[in-house]
Amino acid sequence: MASIVGSYSLIFGLSCSFLIIFFSIKNFKNTQVFDNRILSFTFLQFFLVVISFFSLILAFVYSDFSNETVFNHSHTTKPLFYKISGTWGNHEGSLLLWLLVLTLFISIFLLKSKKQKKQYRILTSLIQQIIIIGFFFFLIMTSNPFNYIFPIPKEGLGLNPILQDPALAIHPPMLYLGYVGSSIIFSSSLAAMTLNDISRDWAKHIKQWVLVSWFFLTLGILLGSIWAYYELGWGGFWFWDPVENVSLMPWLALTTLLHCILVLEKKLFLTSWVVILSIATFTLSMSGTFLVRSGILNSVHTFANDPERGLFILIFLFCLIFLSLFIFFFFFKTDKNNNSLFWLSKETAILVNNWFMVYFLVVVLVGTIYPIFLEVFSSEKISIGPPFYNKLIIPFLIPFLLAMTIGPKLKWIKSDLRNKGYLILFFIISLLLSIMIIKNLSINFLVNTVLVTSAFYLFFITSRDFFVKGFNKLSQNIAHFGFSLLILSILFNNIFSTEIISNLKIGETFEGKNFKIKFEKIKQKEEYNYKSIKGKFKIENLDGSIEVLYPELRIYNQPNIVTSEADIKTNFLTDKFMTMNYVQNQDYFNVRYQVKPFMIWIWLSVILISLGGFVSFFKRYEN
Amino acid sequence: MKIKFLPFFLTIIFLTIFFVFYKSLQTSNIYTPKTNLEKNIPLFTADIFDSNKKISSEDIFKDNIYYLLNIWASWCAPCREEHIFLMDLSKSKKIEIIGLNYKDKIDNAKKFLNDFKSPYKIIISDLDGTLSIELGAYGVPESYLIYNKKILKKVVGPISTNSFSAINKLIK
Repeated sequence: MASIVGSYSLIFGLSCSFLIIFFSIKNFKNTQVFDNRILSFTFLQFFLVVISFFSLILAFVYSDFSNETVFNHSHTTKPLFYKISGTWGNHEGSLLLWLLVLTLFISIFLLKSKKQKKQYRILTSLIQQIIIIGFFFFLIMTSNPFNYIFPIPKEGLGLNPILQDPALAIHPPMLYLGYVGSSIIFSSSLAAMTLNDISRDWAKHIKQWVLVSWFFLTLGILLGSIWAYYELGWGGFWFWDPVENVSLMPWLALTTLLHCILVLEKKLFLTSWVVILSIATFTLSMSGTFLVRSGILNSVHTFANDPERGLFILIFLFCLIFLSLFIFFFFFKTDKNNNSLFWLSKETAILVNNWFMVYFLVVVLVGTIYPIFLEVFSSEKISIGPPFYNKLIIPFLIPFLLAMTIGPKLKWIKSDLRNKGYLILFFIISLLLSIMIIKNLSINFLVNTVLVTSAFYLFFITSRDFFVKGFNKLSQNIAHFGFSLLILSILFNNIFSTEIISNLKIGETFEGKNFKIKFEKIKQKEEYNYKSIKGKFKIENLDGSIEVLYPELRIYNQPNIVTSEADIKTNFLTDKFMTMNYVQNQDYFNVRYQVKPFMIWIWLSVILISLGGFVSFFKRYEN
Repeated sequence: MKIKFLPFFLTIIFLTIFFVFYKSLQTSNIYTPKTNLEKNIPLFTADIFDSNKKISSEDIFKDNIYYLLNIWASWCAPCREEHIFLMDLSKSKKIEIIGLNYKDKIDNAKKFLNDFKSPYKIIISDLDGTLSIELGAYGVPESYLIYNKKILKKVVGPISTNSFSAINKLIK
């Protein structure tokens, strides 16, 4: 029943799009007044998609296995929370979620843009409707979430246990809010370009959307990363996996766009940057979806194994790219008042930032898609891993951090170095501090010292600004401070991590250099949809402190999969991370124990970075 | 004229990208590993390198000793770095090294083995890369220390002095 309602409301939602397009075209030239029917039908469309989405959730909650999506991805013994989150934990459901956010955002956009010009609003809504129609067709024709199966199966196939996790339940919605937010930026900049209306007012108005998408995209990436840390059990936070990369690329483009918009809001400068980045952010989001969903890149996100689906996204994606190219070349006029730049000014600093970000973006882009190109042209297969990214990105991080420290201190148009003595003082302090930290370690002295110095430098200067400037430029300060903290935490995490892997029997003790690990006992327990085996490990540190860790093995019944849940003791300075695994037909367990300093600071600093965007969003109410 | 040239140029670039994606879409063999967490080595049958015979994983890892499954390819430069460690390990009686030749050309691989000497007891080939995905590999080179059909340790990237001593400690 729910499936029928959902299915029909999708079709009605699609027909709304055509009505909106019809009214938009009629309204575009004729009158000066915005036709409110456009608004009403946009709301109606949103409402219909909401109904459709809720009926899918209902089908999941009541385990209605006559629905093919539910049958493939759910099971009666699954906890209610994961039945609900399972709704968007699959290809069909996640596309419906995407559509839901698309229609929600265009409704909000039309509501919030009442002060803007009529033609601009109509054109934005028109371009957005083209995207919405594309997704409707994609959903209805190739991946309908409401397919009926008969005879009705008694039991479903179950959700992959590694996806049964709270962080992963909210990871897709967050990421989608970011991706789809970038579609509004895309449509709006195309509309503004067509009307030759890229102005400071436009920048002020679109800035809110850039901030919202950036905020959610940052959080979405963070959640995915946290999930990988404690669920995948390899004990890291970023693997340069293609799937992670495709979410990082729109983030890099969006971050650059954010900085450009902040400039454009103040003076008419960098317009072509803004336009190209708006287009790039959305197309990168779409290409990401295409690459991971079509199965070209193998990953945990590969849901679709139907080439037809991949082909659809591909054609749709390139239609949008060519549409934006067409608009760019026929309508875009570069700003004539392109005054020359003084080398020491905020504008130059922003440009330097842009070029660095573009460089990072290109590195990630090449690393991700080069193997695909090579395989097509020469049928040679390669894989690109962390060393590639580390070698190409880390050295450039040093000047990037320095520019990030000094850039915000410069004035618009022309700046000088008077009253900047403290910059040198702080640099010397950072340098001495890093030398003290690095010199006793057996790692490459020069590179690490310079890296840590530049990170400390940004850290100290932004900390100082909290005291000197107070609430002035608070958002920028929080975000940059968060970034310096992120880089510092990552560096120290890499430098000071230790790892032990050993096979232990119950009662045995492993003696390490600084600690002893005693395997005390295991406890077996039947849970709702899995069997749990929990080990108890006592760790005695050299300083006498004792820690008890309980890593766990879970044997899920549907589908039959064993997952290992790491036990992580987090405190202010270090994470103690332990996983345990079977050694088959033996009393031994394979135990992996890691001490990872500053893990929590990596997460916290990313939260700080996104908080910067959050504060900036609400800043307009202060003024 | 310069302005007119750019749109064409960009159009051609994007058409090329479209073509490449389209091609790889057709050739892509979708393959999702069951799970990355399965620390048991998966059961598989693979071709023995440079022969028409097949061998099953049961037969490869049958003895009660340690095995090091090393994923390598002749085109992979880091594989040359770790070669010296593999040669050293191959002298030990407690461990056998199994090579997994990843997406390689037979002739190049043979040349590699001739030039450097083979540390491997058995070499199996994985021409399309599916076996490596099944094992949960991230790339080449990668090594798995296996005992009793369980993966005890995974070394991503070339074996370094650190991971070499860690392996030695484990098999002691």
